Amino acid sequence: MSTNTNLLEAKDVNVAFGGLRALSKVNLAVGRNEVVGLIGPNGAGKTTMFNTICGIVTPDSGSLSFENQPIGWPATDELANLGIARTLQGVGLFPELTVIENVMMGAQKFARTGLFRASFGINGRDEKALKDRAHYALERVYSASLSNSHAGSLSYPDSKRVAIARALVSHPKLLLLDEPAGGLGAQDIEWLNRLISDLSGEMSVLIVEHHMDVVMSVCDRIYVLNFGEVISSGTPDFVRNDPAVITAYLGADAQ
Amino acid sequence: MFQFINTLLIGITSGAIYALMALSIVLVWRSTRVINFAQAGQALTSTFIGFQTLHYINSFWVALLVAMIGGALISALIEVTLMRVLLKHSSSGAIAGVAPIIATLGLLEVLQGTITLIWGGADVLIAPPLSNVGFTIGTNTLVFSPMKLAIIIIVLALLALLSLIFQKTSIGLSLRAAAYSPELARLAGVRVDAVRTLGWALSGATGAVAGLLLVSNGNGSFSTASMEFSLLLISGFIAAVIGGLESVLGAVLGGLALGIITSFVLMYVSDSLFFIAPFVILLLVLFIRPQGILGKKGGRRA
Repeated sequence: MSTNTNLLEAKDVNVAFGGLRALSKVNLAVGRNEVVGLIGPNGAGKTTMFNTICGIVTPDSGSLSFENQPIGWPATDELANLGIARTLQGVGLFPELTVIENVMMGAQKFARTGLFRASFGINGRDEKALKDRAHYALERVYSASLSNSHAGSLSYPDSKRVAIARALVSHPKLLLLDEPAGGLGAQDIEWLNRLISDLSGEMSVLIVEHHMDVVMSVCDRIYVLNFGEVISSGTPDFVRNDPAVITAYLGADAQ
Repeated sequence: MFQFINTLLIGITSGAIYALMALSIVLVWRSTRVINFAQAGQALTSTFIGFQTLHYINSFWVALLVAMIGGALISALIEVTLMRVLLKHSSSGAIAGVAPIIATLGLLEVLQGTITLIWGGADVLIAPPLSNVGFTIGTNTLVFSPMKLAIIIIVLALLALLSLIFQKTSIGLSLRAAAYSPELARLAGVRVDAVRTLGWALSGATGAVAGLLLVSNGNGSFSTASMEFSLLLISGFIAAVIGGLESVLGAVLGGLALGIITSFVLMYVSDSLFFIAPFVILLLVLFIRPQGILGKKGGRRA
């Protein structure tokens, strides 16, 4: 992938927690409209990499650029404005809020009302526009009928759909999905595969996933992390047959 | 029966003021997880701002508005210059949970010292804008007066405004989300720092109203050393705990419950229990239902 088509590019990322090296010289790029997978055994550093991109973990060194511009390491609340949205492992919704409110949270960057006017509820049109956006995002994941339910009362698969809607509502250029298939049944996984394929026409997707069927079927390229280092990267076919990957997953005896 | 209604109305009026103070404590707790003991000093400062305004413009209602704005600005300033720095610098170790609370205690003294420097220690007067002579029913005169009625109406209006902000505006949604889970809110694009400042500002304005209404509920006189403001803080804190510390509705119910119960104890048991009754109620709540009447077991989720 040539540099000028990259949407996101992380270079030489090092992260250590105390004496433990969590990421070591990790290089990772996501092209425009590309679906990229990040896989590896438990504790390989996948979520740490996500957290680093999202400003939750500050790396010891390394650089990040987005749309070919160096962006430093953005604060978490700057991501939405940059055009990056993320879902979390598990559910990550506000259980006390309704489904539509949860999704509206993700659309805050479109709120044009100033703090003072918003505080006094003056701009009703703005509120309605946010609600419409949220409703549309929910329709996209077939969950519009759940709008007024409390997020805490949803089934697990429904919660995952709503979490995706909250990420989509900000119209991201890059969508980060952290184990989206975790805990889902076969039917929901099939739906997820179709959704990710559809989304790749509109945005880039970086996905951390243990479910190999999903990764192999939706990703254009895959990075494999082990003990904080990239041990392999390339097309699904290349990675699947890479001896280094097989060893990491199945142990040295597999060779 | 007459005495019962009288006692109830007195209880509701003081309960409404406690509810405001409880609300100002809850707003700060929800936005930064700090119990703000300086709120008594902030409310007193705001009340003095109202007093000073009355010197220039002879309208209680203008003074109330100016005090609210002054209270909001002071509170926002405390959050930005002190709390934000303190919370960042004392995020780990034994001091982490305690430092901000001790800081608010120190701030309480600083505020009280500062207003004594500016306004002196003598009693000053804010004349209540409405009569404090009770309504008459037949031959009986209630303690409940036009001023007390106005207090209840003002508190209700303020509560309606706050719930409108919380439930119907996107900034209210951000305030709620940041309270439940700041990390998740940030990820959704909420500027949590700004939202926290707004939470403190709302708390400061609410505390200012509590201060001015407290003074107006009595004879209007107060001083920098007023015991009433310390009691207001304690009552507000107890009401907030009764309500579960997290909930706006809980704070209101807690304030009303505290006001009404205290009023009945003073009337029907003994008025020498004035200082004891609220603490007994606090201890009972902590023993029987430590999460408060509306609090959930296990604290915040999300």
